[in-house]
Amino acid sequence: MGSTLFDKIWDAHVIHETEDGDALLYIDRHLIHDLHYWCFGAMKEKGLAIRNPGQLFATPDHSVPTTVRTIAEIPEGEMRETVEGLQNYAEEFGITHFPITDERHGIVHVVGPEQGITLPGLVLVCGDSHTSTHGALGCISFGIGTTEVMHALATQTLWQRKPKAMRVNVSGRLGFGIGGKDVILAVIREISAAGGAGYAIEYAGPAIEALSMEGRLTICNMTIEAGSRSGIIAPDETAIDYVRGRPYAPEGAKWDAAVRHWRTLRSDADARFDKEVDLDGGAIQPMVTWGNSPQYALPIGEPLPDPAGESDPLVRADMEAAYAYMDLAPGMVMSDVAVDTVFIGACTNSRIEDMRAAADVARGRRARVRTLVVPGSGLVKRQAELEGLDKVFADAGMEWREPGCSMCVAMNGDALESGQRSASTSNRNFRGRQGLGSRTHLVSPAMAAAASVTGRFIDVRQLGTEA
Amino acid sequence: MEPFTTFCAVAVPIDIANCDTDQIIPARFLRRHWTDPDYDKFLLHDHRFGEDGNEKDFAFNRDAFRAGRIFVADVNWGCGSSREDAARVLVANGVRAVIAPSFGDIHYANCVRNGILPIRLASDDCAALRRQLNDNPGAEIAIDLETQSVTGPDQARYEFAIAAADKHRLLNGLDDIAVTMEYAEAIDAFETGHKARLDWAY
Ligand code: SF4
Repeated sequence: MGSTLFDKIWDAHVIHETEDGDALLYIDRHLIHDLHYWCFGAMKEKGLAIRNPGQLFATPDHSVPTTVRTIAEIPEGEMRETVEGLQNYAEEFGITHFPITDERHGIVHVVGPEQGITLPGLVLVCGDSHTSTHGALGCISFGIGTTEVMHALATQTLWQRKPKAMRVNVSGRLGFGIGGKDVILAVIREISAAGGAGYAIEYAGPAIEALSMEGRLTICNMTIEAGSRSGIIAPDETAIDYVRGRPYAPEGAKWDAAVRHWRTLRSDADARFDKEVDLDGGAIQPMVTWGNSPQYALPIGEPLPDPAGESDPLVRADMEAAYAYMDLAPGMVMSDVAVDTVFIGACTNSRIEDMRAAADVARGRRARVRTLVVPGSGLVKRQAELEGLDKVFADAGMEWREPGCSMCVAMNGDALESGQRSASTSNRNFRGRQGLGSRTHLVSPAMAAAASVTGRFIDVRQLGTEA
Repeated sequence: MEPFTTFCAVAVPIDIANCDTDQIIPARFLRRHWTDPDYDKFLLHDHRFGEDGNEKDFAFNRDAFRAGRIFVADVNWGCGSSREDAARVLVANGVRAVIAPSFGDIHYANCVRNGILPIRLASDDCAALRRQLNDNPGAEIAIDLETQSVTGPDQARYEFAIAAADKHRLLNGLDDIAVTMEYAEAIDAFETGHKARLDWAY
């Protein structure tokens, strides 16, 4: 029996395996963001040293207000303490750190791939569940808790049990205007928010192979929303081209050796998956979520489902609670629903391609509601400005901000007010995620921009004729 | 970490499907330290407290359930964000076990590393337990990790599965770093070979 792509990378990183099936796994790269800064202090208190500072990379994102460029501008309090704390510890421990004054800073899951820190064939961890993102480049990546962060800092290893294998095959060709966000929402709708628990998911098939790196990163990003810690896509020429020339990527003879290795990283034809899921890529429509779990996603034109048609009483109750919280009702269509705020950003959709997709819709139109556009890193921001996208957004009356997590998570000054409804390119529509009482609808960047210029949800493909 | 052997306590039904870690502890409390004297209040905060700070009608707020140290939850408990604060805030409330049909993978690991026993039981069994607890507030559940069994208020007995390594960790209250340090030589040897094999990455 052959091996899966995941098996091959996993097996190359196992230091020791116990009889119980617990593997001690070697960690090649460890990313750190501001919320874990205090781990360094806790390490000192426990008398623990950092084993390999050279394999650590830090950047602040969660607590960074998107209106400032320096720490001094952050109001005194928790946000500043956190961002400053990371910077101080990074200096003290000699860790590569991109402070907020450095153009390379940004959301950790945008920065890793962008800098070439994330490479095919490696094992990468970060104390953040969306670490699943990095697997789009053909590595094993997963989010960990704080105890595990400290364990990895002290030992450069983690105890893990190998997850089961699932493959999601997306066949055919995606239609016009359909991107990674629509694909992953369709996948989560299909397998449910718990469907991936205990599995690592490999995405494969012609529709995946045809996607850009940005689209693939979006898909792997939301793998955690299907319950799985790790998403992975075999590294092909698209991935190799993406990595080439990045600051921390190998060069010269090392680059050649790396590429030779990367080309072997694919699941064998006779590899066995514990579960396979097939989706017709050609049938995927622009998606929008209506409830408080990403599994409550549907094509924009479809009426909202009736809980009465749901046989499982628990799911029915969950749906009814979501309708009450979201102030929606079965049978409504999302295109009749108005939005209060639009957020384009987050580690799901804040890369240059996402900025371009939003700008294409915004160009020559006007935002009807408050719209925040937040690039995922300083380098995305610079590239967008070189292309004049900042002007497009400004002309449309949208706010162009400094990089950070922003309104994805209500802890840096950007938030919805209670009862407000957003069209958001982030990844979580949980209750209160964008602020106490906030109502979040997840969409692609093009769909978010379309909601901005019409003030309601609309199939972006109809925009040409309507707005 | 306190070892987990047997445990018997009042159990609280948490009737929320897909209860993500943003609900278990909202993001705005993530910069508060685990030693904060108010830390216990952050558990399921927005379910328990209104925007005015007053208590809402929620199981864990009812007198009969306040002594609750075992939660019986619904499908996909602890999905979403990796925040270990979601396990710490359970610890802050003395909660030592959560019974649910399924767990978010990262939260499951975080529970084990904080001495909380996550128990997967069939969805119907969890529903039956929650029903009994709702009908008899203050009823107790008994757990025996060694024999991997749960005894409900009606004395029905359920067996559960747990990975041997996690069981060992919990039974002995082990701190992973100390255990791993015993493998220092193996790690050193592996690292040298690994960095030679993957020299393009280093
Ligand atoms: S953008 Fe949102 S999901 Fe991504 S790391 Fe930041 S807070 Fe987490």
